[in-house]
Amino acid sequence: MYYKTKGYRLFSIFNYTFLGILSLLCILPIVHILAVSFSSMAPASANLVGFWPKGFTTDAYVKTFGNSNFIDSLLVSVKRTVLATAIGMFVMLITAFPLSKEDLSFKGRSIYTWFFVFTILFSGGLIPSYILIQKLGLMDTIWALVLPGALSVWNVILMMNFFRGLPKEMEEAAYLDGAGHFKTLMLVYIPLSMPAIATLSLFTMVGQWNSWFDGMIYMSDVKNYPLASLLQTIIVQQDLSKINVDPSMLENVSQRTVRAAQIFIGALPILMIYPFLQRFFVKGIVIGAVKE
Amino acid sequence: MKEQTLSAPRKERVVKARQRWNMRRNWSLHIMLLPAVLLAIVFQYIPMGGIVIAFQDFKPYLGFTGSKWVGWDNFKYLFLYPDVGQVIWNTLLIAFFKIVAGLIAPFLFAILLNEVRLTAFKRVSQTLVYLPHFLSWVILGGILLDILSPQGGMVNQLIVALGGKPIFFLGDGTWFRVTLIVSDVWKEFGFGTIVFLASLSGINPALYEAAEVDGANRFKQTLHITIPALMPITIVLMTLSIGNILNAGFDQVFNLYNPLVYDKGDIIDTFVYRLGILNGKMSFATAVGLFKSVVATILIVISYRMAYKLANYRVF
Repeated sequence: MYYKTKGYRLFSIFNYTFLGILSLLCILPIVHILAVSFSSMAPASANLVGFWPKGFTTDAYVKTFGNSNFIDSLLVSVKRTVLATAIGMFVMLITAFPLSKEDLSFKGRSIYTWFFVFTILFSGGLIPSYILIQKLGLMDTIWALVLPGALSVWNVILMMNFFRGLPKEMEEAAYLDGAGHFKTLMLVYIPLSMPAIATLSLFTMVGQWNSWFDGMIYMSDVKNYPLASLLQTIIVQQDLSKINVDPSMLENVSQRTVRAAQIFIGALPILMIYPFLQRFFVKGIVIGAVKE
Repeated sequence: MKEQTLSAPRKERVVKARQRWNMRRNWSLHIMLLPAVLLAIVFQYIPMGGIVIAFQDFKPYLGFTGSKWVGWDNFKYLFLYPDVGQVIWNTLLIAFFKIVAGLIAPFLFAILLNEVRLTAFKRVSQTLVYLPHFLSWVILGGILLDILSPQGGMVNQLIVALGGKPIFFLGDGTWFRVTLIVSDVWKEFGFGTIVFLASLSGINPALYEAAEVDGANRFKQTLHITIPALMPITIVLMTLSIGNILNAGFDQVFNLYNPLVYDKGDIIDTFVYRLGILNGKMSFATAVGLFKSVVATILIVISYRMAYKLANYRVF
C-alpha cells in the first residue's frame, strides 16, 4: 500500500505539520485578542502579552459593560437578529414553496423566478437605496436594518432546491387528503425540512449579527447603532467623537485591553453558535448547492 | 389538440386532470409570493428606478422631479475625474489577485487535507480553518489593527525577532495591497475547501485501487486521479469568479484603510461611499456605481453562460 512507503511517511510528517500550523494560524489571532482582553493594562501596552493573559483581570469587561452605549447597541443587535431571522425565514419558506413547483403545475413560476433572480444580477446601488430608506421614513428605526434584507433570493434558491429533493409522493398524498397549499407547506414540507431551515437560520443570524454598514448609514443616533456598527466606529475608525460620554470614559475606550474585550464580545455570539453551525453547514450547503 | 387529448393514453389524461385541479387552487401560491414580490419591488426595483439621478444634478431638497437633468455629464466627468482611473485599476488589481489566490489556496489545502487519514485531526483542522469565514471584517479589522501595528504588534514583533525591520502594513500602499490579499485568503481559504472536499469525496475508490495495481505511487495518483477529478468544479469556480472582478471587497477595505493608502487601496465601492454619502455628490457617486453595476451584470451573465457551456453547470 502506498502509505507504507518511506517517501509517503516523510510526506505525511511534513503534511501534518504544515496543516497543523495553518489551522493554528486561523485561531491564534483570536486567542491573542482574548489574552489581551484579560490582561492588566501595563503588560498589554508594553506588548508583553502573547497567548496567555498577563496579570489576569476582568477590568476591561467591567469597563465595557459600564458603557451605556455598548449595552444599547448590544440590545439593538439582539433585536435586529431575532426580527430579521424570524421574518427572513418566514418569507423564504412561503416564497420557496411556490417556486419549487413544476412549471406545468404552476403557470407563471418562471416569470416569478426571473423577477427575483434579476435582483441578484442588478441593483440600484448604494445611493438610491439610501434615499429610499430616507423617503420611507425608516431612518433611525429598526426596520431599516430588517426589511431591506428580509428577502434573500440566494436562500430562496437553496430552499427551493431542497424542497425539490423531497419525495413527490408526500405532497401528492397531502393534496389527495384534501390539504391546500398552505397546509401542505406547514404540515408536510416544513417538518421535513427542519435541518435545512436550521442551517439557513443560523447563517441568517450570523449575517445579521455581523452586519455593520447599514447601521452606520441608516442610523444617525449612536443609541440606535447595532453593536457591529458601534465597534466599527470606536475600534476601527477610532472615532470617539460619536460617543458622548464623560472624559474618563474616553480614556478607557482608547485602552488596548478594552478594545480587545470589545472585539471579543463582538465575536462571542458567533463563536458560541459556531459548533452548531458547523454540524449543519457542510451537509446543508452540499444539499442545496451542489447539483449533479 | 382536442383529438390528441382524446387519443392519448389514460395516464396522460390523469396528469392533465391533476394539472387543471392544481391550477384552480393556485391562487394561494400567488398569495404566498405576494410578500416577497412586494419586498423586491420596494427594496430592489424602486432603487433601480432611483438610478435616474445618475443623469441629474440631484439635490435632495429638489427631489427627483425638481432636480436638473444633465444627460451623460456625470459619466463624462467619470472619465475626466482624476482619481477614477486609479480607483478602477486598484479595484481590478486587488480583485484579480484575491480571486487567483482564493482559488489556489483552498484547492491545495483540500488536496493536502485529503491525504490526512487521522479523522480526528482532519475534523479539528476543518473546524479551525472554517472559523474566520464567519467573523465580520469589523472584528477581523480590529484584530488586524492590533496584530499588525508597527508599534509592537504580534506580527512585527516576530519580524523584529527574526532580524527584520518593522513593517507598517496598513500605512504603506504596496504593503496594504499585500495585506488585503493575504488576509482575505486567510479568512476564506478554509471555507473555500468545502466545495473541493465535496468533489473529492465523490471520487470512485476503485480508480485509486486500479492505479495502485498498475504501480502508480501516491504522487502519481494525485496527479492523474485527484487533480483531474477537481477540474470540473475548478473551471466552474473560475468562470463564476469573472463576475467578481469589480468586487475588491468593500467590507474589508473599508475596515482596514486610512487616508495614507487612498492612492493604492481605494476601490470603486469605497470611493462611491466617500463621494456620495460623506461628500454629498450623490449624482456622481450613483453614476460611478451604475457604471460598475452594468459592467458587473454583463460579466456575471457571461460567466454564468460560460460555466454552463464549459462545465454544464447551471447556477439557477
